[in-house]
Amino acid sequence: MDVTNTTMLGVRDAVASKEVSAVEVTRAYLDRIEKHNEALGAYLEVHDERALQRAADVDKGQLTGPLAGVPIAVKDLFCTSYGKTTASSRMLENYRSPFTATAVQRLEDAGAIILGKTSMDEYAMGSSCETCAFGGAKNPWDPSRVPGGSSGGSAAAMAADLCAAAIGSDTGGSIRQPAALTGVVGMKPTYGRISRYGMIAFASSLDQCGPFARTVADAALLLKVMSGVDPMDATSAPVDVEPDLDEVEREVKNLRIGVAKQYMLEGANDPAVQQATDDAIKFYESQGATIVEVDLPHTKYGIPVYYVVATAECSSNLARYDGVHFGHRTAEPANDIVELFSKSRAEGFGDEVKRRIMLGTYALSSGYYDAYYNRALKVRRLIKNDFDAAFEQCDAILCPTTTTPAFKIGEKADDPLSMYLNDVYTVNAPLAGIAGISLPAGTTEVDGKALPVGVQLIGDAFAEAKLLRVARLYEAGHDHWNLRPAL
Amino acid sequence: MTTDPHDPGAAHGLKTTLVVGLEIHVELATASKMWTAAPNVAHPDHFDAEPNTLLSPVAVGLPGTLPVMNKAAVEMSVKVGLALNCSIAKRSKWDRKSYYYPDLPKNYQISQYDIPLCYDGGFEIPLSNDEEPEHKHINIIRAHLEEDAGKLLHELPGGGFSDGSLVDLNRAGTPLLEIVTAPDFRTADEAVTFCNMLRDICRHLGVTEGIMQRGHMRFEPNINVIIENKAGETFKTPIVEVKNLNSFRAVHGAIIHEHTRQVEAWMVDGRVMGGGEKSTRGWDDAKEVTTLQREKEDAHDYRYFPDPDLVEVVVDEAWLEEQRAALPELPAAKRKRYIDDLHLKPIDADTLLAEPANAAYFDAVIDAGADSKRTGAFLLNTAMKRANEHNTTLDRLGATPQQTAGLVAMLANDKISSSAAEPLFGYCCESDETPEKLAEHHGLIQVSDDGALDAWVDEVIANPKLAQAVEDVKAGKGKAIGALVGAVMKLSKGQANPKAVSAKINEKLSG
Repeated sequence: MDVTNTTMLGVRDAVASKEVSAVEVTRAYLDRIEKHNEALGAYLEVHDERALQRAADVDKGQLTGPLAGVPIAVKDLFCTSYGKTTASSRMLENYRSPFTATAVQRLEDAGAIILGKTSMDEYAMGSSCETCAFGGAKNPWDPSRVPGGSSGGSAAAMAADLCAAAIGSDTGGSIRQPAALTGVVGMKPTYGRISRYGMIAFASSLDQCGPFARTVADAALLLKVMSGVDPMDATSAPVDVEPDLDEVEREVKNLRIGVAKQYMLEGANDPAVQQATDDAIKFYESQGATIVEVDLPHTKYGIPVYYVVATAECSSNLARYDGVHFGHRTAEPANDIVELFSKSRAEGFGDEVKRRIMLGTYALSSGYYDAYYNRALKVRRLIKNDFDAAFEQCDAILCPTTTTPAFKIGEKADDPLSMYLNDVYTVNAPLAGIAGISLPAGTTEVDGKALPVGVQLIGDAFAEAKLLRVARLYEAGHDHWNLRPAL
Repeated sequence: MTTDPHDPGAAHGLKTTLVVGLEIHVELATASKMWTAAPNVAHPDHFDAEPNTLLSPVAVGLPGTLPVMNKAAVEMSVKVGLALNCSIAKRSKWDRKSYYYPDLPKNYQISQYDIPLCYDGGFEIPLSNDEEPEHKHINIIRAHLEEDAGKLLHELPGGGFSDGSLVDLNRAGTPLLEIVTAPDFRTADEAVTFCNMLRDICRHLGVTEGIMQRGHMRFEPNINVIIENKAGETFKTPIVEVKNLNSFRAVHGAIIHEHTRQVEAWMVDGRVMGGGEKSTRGWDDAKEVTTLQREKEDAHDYRYFPDPDLVEVVVDEAWLEEQRAALPELPAAKRKRYIDDLHLKPIDADTLLAEPANAAYFDAVIDAGADSKRTGAFLLNTAMKRANEHNTTLDRLGATPQQTAGLVAMLANDKISSSAAEPLFGYCCESDETPEKLAEHHGLIQVSDDGALDAWVDEVIANPKLAQAVEDVKAGKGKAIGALVGAVMKLSKGQANPKAVSAKINEKLSG
């Protein structure tokens, strides 16, 4: 089977109709991984035996469900009771989890076949996959460029057809940004839609699992399968999953597309990005949508608020990695417990993680709490209020996903501030807890190579069904979705 | 200025006033831990669990795990809060308290920082053991819920040598209610009285077994002294917090010792309270002294912030009213009722109240219609003996309150003799039958019938071994009749009515 010319639903239907066996499909993806992963570094670990075993179970009719026989890649942030779960950190280099994350379990219960664990920025901290302790993923469109991050490995695997679908996590843009840079669909659902249980925490109030897919319909089904309240996650939302969540062909009547000047940073945008966004607005207009100008006045505070909230939470979430109960422990002699902690953490964490732990520790310190963390929470509320008001006027907000196409590996690695600005169009949705989706919007030629650009649609909390339908309208009017890198 | 000879300042011409506030940690006996379904070591079913057997991925704080609140722990805390006359926060939240320690798997403790679940309460404590003692109100500032940490062991379980510290996480995540009083205590006795009463309240509410040796309750007094010199100037000594006391004796000893120690220290260094000078000390049980642990507590920055993994605790008004209505009678009220209304002796009331299950059983027997004084006498003399032998409480002996009430009624109506009560209670403990049926079946119904009594009495009088007793009775030595009555009772297997037997013997021997 040629897996480079299909969709997840296509694969699923082919298996269901016995046109091809699940084992053949799985083997086809494993062969492709074998051929291309060394150059791309998308997967850190491939579970070929287990995948083939489960595929055989599908073929025997012992494993059924809406995703039966669909090979999926999982960001190495999700715990699995098989293989290693490293969060791309030296700290968890040999960590094996005794349990499987709820999101992954739901995929497996639906018949999906997990191919392996994908590379990422260490503990999901980064926008380029370069902070991975084990060699980050590369962009399949140009391996000298980053795939984006932090879910770079999942995005690269998706773009290079090393899986039929993938999952990642989005804290400040970690699904949508790499999706845009690799030319695939990437969605961050509403906070609380998908359980966080078993997803190694970076910033608990922001982290959200979501899908990477070739098409909007593929993403919709993945979302539907993974969504729903989980007794193991107190913040998972007790909101019913709409039965028609994946019916993306349905029309959104009287569609209003919001455009905000705060999301059109003309000076900052690459011309190709600006063009793609302008074209998308025109497209929706041509489809009869009303274009509404909305005001999101607190947008500019998004990055600073994000880097206070996210670092504060990570400084606490990562405290447990001290080498006592699990994780890397220094081999050096330590005179006391504090020295054991310090040396283990100094060796186990990379620079970016240490930088964020220090920033967050500072923000939470006595005497600084009110000026930083508490104030950030207040501004976060204002950002949410902005969106609440905007969604009174429109169904979705259209904007770029990133300011530029993929940048060169190493280009921003030593410039954290410039790296942080990558998130300028993506941080506000997680701060507000709302949903966002990045869609492939064609390619632009840079240094003789075609590089994808993306457009983003931001939707209200728990309104993913509508957001996906709005997204599908764009997708159906273009052939961007089927552009694939030549490997 | 007059000085109290018991005042440790008196010898130096000083008048001193002790100021003590208490922090009390109560481990709640929920079935599972605070944030996970793993079993709770403070629950009686798991008291003696082997180290590190009460774990789950959440309890160990493994990557990817999340806490989920145990509602039962919140309910228990609300019960305690209501019993302590606290207000209950309509909305409270969870905060992370950060510090690195190997017995704290996440390196932060989930606690409640600025919005405790219960606040502004208190109760009256008696100031003496007199019948009509004076009382004093002790204010409770707050009672908040948090999780306990694990334990560090420095030798192998059983006492073997270990070349490193060992971590036992069985206790990690046990729900812990921290109760904080105002600095209202002026003597060690007041503090101990309060601790005792608090323990009784918690035990009667069923939120803990309150076994001190197991650390179910731990006390941390904050102590300082106001010193007045001859010139009338006053000085406040720096506050000392004594950590982790787990006996009333230790609480008492630590406060007494600190009183003297702080006065003496002040005379040497003149240091007074202020500038965050709160040191922590431990208690040496053998030497009966406190020892310095940490000089200044303010060196710690716990970096509290709201835990983003958890949602607010919202207490519904209707639910709260249900809890309030369902609150059981508290020990002080129960004691008063036992003495004033049910006419028990104070010592008997205290004996029953010492074990909440026994008091509850007593109440149930009374509710089943039995006479209170007779029930008290029967339970304290006969039933309690059996309970002690079986190392358990009255409710677990097997006799239902209805059976026991029936038995007490039979005693009252002379249907059984008091010597038959003990075996009959034993039968009740092993059978569901009514005590009437059991007494009949086992021949314990008291016999006053003339014919039967005649036969038994005649046999006893004819017994050559008792000839001396017979002669004594005949000679008018009243006491001697006891031996004869006893013999008849034994012969009749307790069935004979001793009063009737006595009359019959007198009748026969005086004739």
